[in-house]
Amino acid sequence: MPKTVRRISTRAGKRSRMQEAHDSFVSARYLFMMVIIATIIILTGVIITLGPLDISVADAYRALIDRFYPDYFDVEPLTKRVVWNIRFPRIVGGILAGIGFGVCGCVMQAVLKNPLASPFTLGISAGAQFGISLAAVIGISLVGGPYLLIGNAFFFALLCSGFIIGLAAIKGATSETLVLAGIAVNYFFSAMSQLFKYFADDEQLRLMTSWGMGDLSAFSWNKIPLILCVFAVCIPLLMLKAWDLNIMTAGDETAKSIGVNAEHVRIFIMLISSVVVATVVCFTGTISFIGLVAPHMARMILGGDHRFLIPASGILGAVVLVAADGVAMNVIAPTVIPTGIMTSVIGVPFFMYLMLKGRRKEFWA
Amino acid sequence: MMIQLQAKGIEFGYNSSMILKDVSFEIGPSRLVTIVGPNGSGKSTLIKCIDRILTPKSGSILIDRKDVTKMDRMEIAKNLSYVPQSSARTFSSNVFDTVLMGRRPHIGWLSSDDDEEKVWEVLRLLGIEDLAMSSFGELSGGQQQKVLIARALVQDTKVMLLDEPTSNLDIWHQLDVMNIVSDLVRKRRMTALIALHDLNLASRYSDGIIMMKKGKIMAVGDPASVLTPENIEAIYNVEVAVRSQSEAPFIVPVKQIKRNGSRPNHDGSFFSNGRRRTGFPRSLSEIKEIRLS
Repeated sequence: MPKTVRRISTRAGKRSRMQEAHDSFVSARYLFMMVIIATIIILTGVIITLGPLDISVADAYRALIDRFYPDYFDVEPLTKRVVWNIRFPRIVGGILAGIGFGVCGCVMQAVLKNPLASPFTLGISAGAQFGISLAAVIGISLVGGPYLLIGNAFFFALLCSGFIIGLAAIKGATSETLVLAGIAVNYFFSAMSQLFKYFADDEQLRLMTSWGMGDLSAFSWNKIPLILCVFAVCIPLLMLKAWDLNIMTAGDETAKSIGVNAEHVRIFIMLISSVVVATVVCFTGTISFIGLVAPHMARMILGGDHRFLIPASGILGAVVLVAADGVAMNVIAPTVIPTGIMTSVIGVPFFMYLMLKGRRKEFWA
Repeated sequence: MMIQLQAKGIEFGYNSSMILKDVSFEIGPSRLVTIVGPNGSGKSTLIKCIDRILTPKSGSILIDRKDVTKMDRMEIAKNLSYVPQSSARTFSSNVFDTVLMGRRPHIGWLSSDDDEEKVWEVLRLLGIEDLAMSSFGELSGGQQQKVLIARALVQDTKVMLLDEPTSNLDIWHQLDVMNIVSDLVRKRRMTALIALHDLNLASRYSDGIIMMKKGKIMAVGDPASVLTPENIEAIYNVEVAVRSQSEAPFIVPVKQIKRNGSRPNHDGSFFSNGRRRTGFPRSLSEIKEIRLS
């Protein structure tokens, strides 16, 4: 039982039936957080075992620990190389991408007050796709070398969301207007990408299409520190606004009356989450399902408190993405199905099950 | 004389169309004051301007002689609480969490034991403790209204603003909500300013009434002096019979009054159905500053 709950019990004497029910609910929230953290740790061990080289779950964990305590376990050098150089970086990439999409989906749904909002509502994926198309077909890019595609994707993703955030900042646009503006920007940049596809040759077309499907194969150890740095700055900033997000779901007027400057918080959240999503999406491509569904899954179980919802959405996003990628890599090996496709194939039935099983009429309630 | 809430010359409008015109009043502590008037008269806009949800073009609002226009949003929320007319929410949370939101002006990232205890106290006070774990979206209109009042109460303010709190409720719940607010005013010495459509509820519960039309205050005073047949006819274009019940006027609508253009003549009188009627009482149209202390 959490510390706060125990202290109230002592001071107020006998607690009512409803207070006890509330205490249990709070405890269940903490328990759920621990369960999903344990799930991602176990899932990591299990997914590492999948592949052409046979590795047991125990060996997988031994190989992971061996990097920090080299003399403690006796692990085959080949196993260590496969775990640390091939399988684990992809899983870490999946965890980071899942956290990024899940967290940003959660905060975007709250500030836009829309259950259909996702990290891509502001046109980020369409902008990034346009950047990729521009670099692939015409060869125009802001940066060269290995970051030719990624740099363009990042810049155009931020350009799209920047346009909509600017609209909110200058015109004081409502959440409904922002969603519509996002849809318009999405259509515009999608049309531009389609135009590039029309003129692209086979190789360019393949590159553009595979990026659009969403894939984790671009992750390697040298890219992960960059993402970690962005997360280390941005996610705590989003968490700091958890209370304000709780209140903003009750509407802007209510938020203002309780002391929250709804317009400022909305712009701040959109700005920070755009940076997070643009950073992830330029490596992974569009994996849209996670950011939409992970927050709903968390909300169904935890209720509406964003102090729990934000981290839970991130971890659940990571669980779904890593599980889907594990299946995508191995279900018809050696062919690897793009992660974005498998995420939807696995996630949708699970989400539908939760939705239909829920006792509430409004599944996001 | 103590003044809890004071408004001076509030003006509000969008572009050239003015919704509030030179609205001024003073209300003392432990008073329940209602704002009445036809649809579009500016009742809700006035409430929102006082809470700075809308920003007035000019004028000042003072709480305990402190200027609300110079406070930041958190400071305003510590002095004024607001119960909205609509309770529609995209994502519902349970009643406890909804009420706990009201503690936001007083807490940081973590809610303390005292904050949670305050929520339980208010839930018990309003008789809705059993709903604490229910989803807000699944409650009836009357229950939702009580939860919104509870959320405003845990803000610990001296002044509570309510925007048509009874508009979607049956008569039992209308009385229930008004009794709760009335009790809070008497027992906690709060000041409540309520925008209300129902003249009989206003008559029964108010210490003072502000009557508005087209963004202007047209009459002010205790229920018996404001809710007269002449005032109601002039403001609402409805002929009424006013009876007295337990010292409070009781209004029975008789019929609508059809007017050509619905405007009084320059001399302040107007014609209806070819019959000359009493126009706006001179005292109403000239009122600029009023006191309800």
